[in-house]
Amino acid sequence: MPLLDHGRPVEDRFVAVADDAPLPADAPALIPFARLQREADALAGRNAALGVQVTSATHAEDIAPFLDRVTLVVVEFPKFRDGRGFTIARTLRERYGFSGEIRAVGHVLPDQYEFLVRCGFTCVAVSDGADLGVWAAALERFHVAYQPGLDTAPVLSGLRRRLALG
Amino acid sequence: MDMAVTRAGIYHYDEFDREFLRERVAEFRGQVARRLDGALTEDEFKPLRLMNGLYLQLHAYMLRCAVPYGVLSSDQMRQLAHIARKYDRGFGHFTTRQNLQFNWIKLEEAPDALAALAEADLHALQTSGNCIRNVTTDEFAGAAADEIVDPRVYAEILRQWSTLHPEFSYLPRKFKIAITGAPTDRAAIQVHDIGLLAKRGPAGEVGFEVWAGGGLGRVPIIGTKLREWLSEADFLSYMEAVLRVYNALGGRENIHKARIKILVRDVGAARFIEMVEQEFATLPREKFRLDPAVVAGIQAHFASPPFVVLPNAEADLARAVSDNAAFADWVAHNTNPHKQPGYISAIVSLKPIGGIPGDATDAQMDAVADLAERYSFDEIRVTHYQNLVLPHVRQDELFAVWQALDALDLATPNVGTVTDIIACPGLDYCSLANARAIPVAQLLSERFADLKRQYDIGPLTLNISGCINACGHHHVGAIGILGVDKKGEEFYQITLGGSAGNDATIGDIVGPAVPYDDVTDVVERIIRIYLSLRQTGENFLQTYRRAGMAPFKDALHAAA
Repeated sequence: MPLLDHGRPVEDRFVAVADDAPLPADAPALIPFARLQREADALAGRNAALGVQVTSATHAEDIAPFLDRVTLVVVEFPKFRDGRGFTIARTLRERYGFSGEIRAVGHVLPDQYEFLVRCGFTCVAVSDGADLGVWAAALERFHVAYQPGLDTAPVLSGLRRRLALG
Repeated sequence: MDMAVTRAGIYHYDEFDREFLRERVAEFRGQVARRLDGALTEDEFKPLRLMNGLYLQLHAYMLRCAVPYGVLSSDQMRQLAHIARKYDRGFGHFTTRQNLQFNWIKLEEAPDALAALAEADLHALQTSGNCIRNVTTDEFAGAAADEIVDPRVYAEILRQWSTLHPEFSYLPRKFKIAITGAPTDRAAIQVHDIGLLAKRGPAGEVGFEVWAGGGLGRVPIIGTKLREWLSEADFLSYMEAVLRVYNALGGRENIHKARIKILVRDVGAARFIEMVEQEFATLPREKFRLDPAVVAGIQAHFASPPFVVLPNAEADLARAVSDNAAFADWVAHNTNPHKQPGYISAIVSLKPIGGIPGDATDAQMDAVADLAERYSFDEIRVTHYQNLVLPHVRQDELFAVWQALDALDLATPNVGTVTDIIACPGLDYCSLANARAIPVAQLLSERFADLKRQYDIGPLTLNISGCINACGHHHVGAIGILGVDKKGEEFYQITLGGSAGNDATIGDIVGPAVPYDDVTDVVERIIRIYLSLRQTGENFLQTYRRAGMAPFKDALHAAA
């Protein structure tokens, strides 16, 4: 499943670890949110990078207490129409100042790619066989936006700003 | 077509706005192509086309063009007439959300129709889908004598802010915002997802009363007041807070329980307000702060047209009124007082007796555009009652305007009367409908055709919806009619006492639904009962509120 960072395929360094499997001591590991909540204290001393995967039903407020343990938050989109993930990412960035990676997985469309980036997602996992050209082009589609986002966007005038997604 | 030079008080696009629209049209072309080659499933394509205003109806695609806060220039109206001719069957349908729908669009031509809209700085963005919809406002904005704050300025700010909003484009359900800036609510703010009343503080500064959680549809609810006062600087921050709470917590399992009104009802008003205020307190306010320079820049687009001093205009109009009884009837019903001495707003009735409410032909649209150019500084408004307005007419030219409208069958003097009916497209077009709405409106319009009788009955809103989704606003009609399906037959449920104004009220159901053939007689009997009960000076709503439902129930029984 290719992982895109600003339209470019990148290597996924994280290994997804099942809920009860032992964590690799020296490799980046991705665990479900329930496990992070349960083993937070034990994981505090871990040296290798840790990521957490949450569903779109999770509230950013509930993830916040654990943000100092993780460098990656993976947000699952069960359906592309479920827009809660946008709010989760934006809240993690704006309210809680999370500066690690935020990754979208699940059912997302290239037509949503710009929204993801503007809400603070850094990466998106796309389905095998997806047309990566369509994904890359989606970030080049618009050059103007009308509201502040988390991309670097110099303000033009009024409410408009010049998009800088790539 | 060069749209850059127009006198109308509309938001003038610059190169960046046009670039954005071109990019959006190109994006939609690509989406249509990906749908046709199978890269997008129908399930995935549907929300994308909906957010470009394209619905699949019973017989064809329907394109719902946005008329931002109901304001059009003459050139824009002409372009809509052109699209009606070229891509539709020569007419368009003005809606209760101040938009324009074309009912006969071909999918493969839809990108071209969108490109034609973009040529006139128009679009169909977010006229459907689970996103923030076209913002609506008072049709007399910038003209009304009783206006405190021009709501177009803030409606345009909301339009821009909500356009392709990265966080709020995949909400649980559609989201409608209405704003008014006059003490008399002509925008129905209490029955919107967010309703805003722009007002002034002690030092003349602009602020807002904020309502949320109102709505019609399956579960009609009057909104909750969230804030008595919100400062202009925090306007967008607060919108972000309300939308964020809704996006995170609104229902997503059941489409019928997904509107913000259900969230507000279920958590309770106090808790909802608390959550919004908490979100508001923690979000980066500085980032969303509305800069006075931005407001001033947008305000400049809506500067008053170059009115002139007209010392004799009022006397001229008074003389014309006394000389011509038909003109006097029209002036009494189809005008609204203007803030500028010597001027007046004229309402173009799209409710000819027996006609389809809100429909206009391409020739009528062109003619109204010409009249607006000649008599109203190029400006036209669409009302949520499905009429049009020429907002800035000289009182000494009103007679000429009336004559011209009369020749076009656009001067029916019935604004606010029982024949000024709101009706959704109903089963004649809509795939959601259970029953027809348009023929019911036509029958009622013909039944009450007599002007003297209309005027005797007095102000009365008669609203008809062809299904429970309530696009015809039947809940807030003084008389509301809801089409339902009973074992394959069209029946109609009657409600009484609804209002969308400052006294917003959901109508009460009179009794069991009646068959199609009886609706006109039942309404006739309701009106007769009202006339027999009313006391001097009362209108229908006042009589109903005083006398209650009981005496009106007889209207149904006689039908049996």
